[in-house]
Amino acid sequence: MSQNLDTDSVFDADVLVIGGGTAGPLAAYKAKAANPALRVVLLEKANVKRSGAIAIGMDGLNNAVVPGFATPEQYVREITIANDGIVYQKALLAYAERSFDMIRELDQWGVKFLKDENGDFDVKKVHHLGTYVLPMPEGGSVKKILYRQLRKAQVLISNRFMATRLLTAKDGRIAGAIAVNSRSAELLVIRAKAVILAAGAAGRLGLPASGYLWGTYENPANSGDGYALAFHAGAELTNLECFQINPLIKDYNGPACAYVGGPFGAYTANSRGERFIECDYWSGQMMLEFYRELQSGRGPVFLKFDHLAPETIAEVEGILHKVERPSRGQFHAGRGTDYRRDMVEMHISEIGFCSGHSASGVWVDEFACTTVAGLYAAGDMASVPHNYMLGAFVNGAIAGEHAAEFSRDSDLAELDPGQIEAERQRTRAPLRNATGLPANQVEYKIRRFVNDYLQPPKSPRKYEIAQKRFAEIRDDLKRLVARDAHELMRALEVHSILDCAEMAAAASLYRKESRWGLYHHRLDYPERDDDEWFCHVQLYKDASGAIACRKRAVDPYIIPVETAERDAYDRLRILARN
Amino acid sequence: MSFAENPSEFPVTVDPEKCIADKGCTICVDVCPLDVLRIHPETGKAHMKYDECWYCLPCELDCPTQAIAVSIPYLLR
Ligand SMILES: Cc1cc2nc3c(=O)[nH]c(=O)nc-3n(C[C@H](O)[C@H](O)[C@H](O)COP(=O)(O)OP(=O)(O)OC[C@H]3O[C@@H](n4cnc5c(N)ncnc54)[C@H](O)[C@@H]3O)c2cc1C
Ligand code: SF4
Ligand code: SF4
Repeated sequence: MSQNLDTDSVFDADVLVIGGGTAGPLAAYKAKAANPALRVVLLEKANVKRSGAIAIGMDGLNNAVVPGFATPEQYVREITIANDGIVYQKALLAYAERSFDMIRELDQWGVKFLKDENGDFDVKKVHHLGTYVLPMPEGGSVKKILYRQLRKAQVLISNRFMATRLLTAKDGRIAGAIAVNSRSAELLVIRAKAVILAAGAAGRLGLPASGYLWGTYENPANSGDGYALAFHAGAELTNLECFQINPLIKDYNGPACAYVGGPFGAYTANSRGERFIECDYWSGQMMLEFYRELQSGRGPVFLKFDHLAPETIAEVEGILHKVERPSRGQFHAGRGTDYRRDMVEMHISEIGFCSGHSASGVWVDEFACTTVAGLYAAGDMASVPHNYMLGAFVNGAIAGEHAAEFSRDSDLAELDPGQIEAERQRTRAPLRNATGLPANQVEYKIRRFVNDYLQPPKSPRKYEIAQKRFAEIRDDLKRLVARDAHELMRALEVHSILDCAEMAAAASLYRKESRWGLYHHRLDYPERDDDEWFCHVQLYKDASGAIACRKRAVDPYIIPVETAERDAYDRLRILARN
Repeated sequence: MSFAENPSEFPVTVDPEKCIADKGCTICVDVCPLDVLRIHPETGKAHMKYDECWYCLPCELDCPTQAIAVSIPYLLR
């Protein structure tokens, strides 16, 4: 590999998109559509054909705002309440207003949604208040359809490149990025007028209970690089203490999934087969009730299908075992679990960052702009809460259009050779080390400490111990060793994972109250404190390079929320019969 | 450099009779999001090189000859 160590390839882009999963393809497509003369480059760690959360398709839109079922205003209100009031409503509204047009565009491209006998979209109720779930029983081909659009639009695709650092200009605006090839270890320097981050969730933060590093809820390629890239470039991140925690099939660690089963009559139950929550929509409050049930004598928790008619179950299986996580059927068969007879045992996932499901992300406004000029973020890693797949598409589109406009009015910034050299040294070190620590061991240790100390409920003393352990591991990073380009990618991912672990600890310690149910449940401050903490917690890199936090007031609501509605998500529990 | 050996069962198996990598196919290697598959330089067939699998199935579903079988990794099974 030594022949590659000191040579870089350099190229220029008008718009550089990092991450070709869900938001990234839409961002690249819309940037190109806005101005076909632009050089739009889509950089992907895996292969755009099969990457990210939707690699193998998806079984439904979790947050479709379809006329006749919901209005954008209702949706903004629902998510404001579901996220305990801490939202930037303008970004939610920007999403909701374009939600239906995006569904229609996807429909025209050939993505198949459930329709009724009149050919209208057949939306189902899963949320606490409104109706937003649009099933996609044949949603396996989403990726193929996106890929076709990208080829048609002549987006330049670079697969197997992992972005490792963003480059910034003297005035702080974005200048480009550095990436490393996971097959050859080649270093790529990209100059760009605008950069869109769409690198997905931080899915390898906690360790799944199975102990298998790759048995995560999220696609494990999403190792939190996007969060680390943004942080080191000086962008603000927000609500990182609002972790992602999901109710999943125990051990399999994928969704069961109540959003698919719910509309058919399936529900979350305790070991007696009784409902204990009114609504299966994933929220921090729902997860807190789930956690309490697990801790009570009535656990464990199950997803219950066995009361449904055999034809209904066959229909549910036809969806759950074909798209999204199609190995579900094999898992159940291996354990002799049959929906007709058995309830499906559920558990609580490892923690992660993900705005797609909760609210932890890089701060963005209604145009997907971060706090760094020329830098955008979209999808799971951007701060629009509960945004899911359709949010990734819409906000990707918004980012692409805005970035196209931004790049028209700006020049390529001058690169700072010091930044490039520092990154060359950091990314080459594991290859140069003749002996040392393999990435999988360091990663296991970080993620086990994340489970031991950061998993809610949160205790400040545990968090301080975690910070000490993380600091010790930071010292170990220089001893990471890679024998080939693949191991180099894993070693560099470990850097991102450690960055995310430290950010999770800092943000959680800063917010001295409990909020978002289980996501930020502090044992020393068990109550919500709206007087002090009705605000976002912004996390950023200070002048010394350390993590710092500050409060950001919640902007005045543009869609008012009645006081009486505000606590709707706090009243999910169905009282036990005895 | 030496690492201690730490054996694990590979969740992905390739049927060498069916695999047509020797005719130029690299589809499974191309699509795996975790990039854990390779064509073996000696056998000329696809194989799993790194035990880092999300049991997501693109390799199995996209293989033109149904040469690949993915099982749930043992720790989760
Ligand atoms: C198992 C599962 C089931 C889900 N079910 C549903 C559902 O039914 N309905 C729904 O609406 N939503 C669902 N979601 C959520 C939805 O899929 C996500 O919110 C959405 O796809 C996120 O899009 P994204 O573009 O942010 O991330 P992704 O689509 O995950 O894309 C991120 C991309 O970035 C790449 N990448 C990562 N790091 C780097 C780097 N350093 N350099 C270059 N590239 C990088 C990754 O390889 C990946 O391709 C589900 C998610 C999961 C994981
Ligand atoms: S896709 Fe199938 S035939 Fe092609 S290389 Fe892989 S295993 Fe062999
Ligand atoms: S199941 Fe997924 S992660 Fe595992 S080898 Fe196949 S494509 Fe790769």
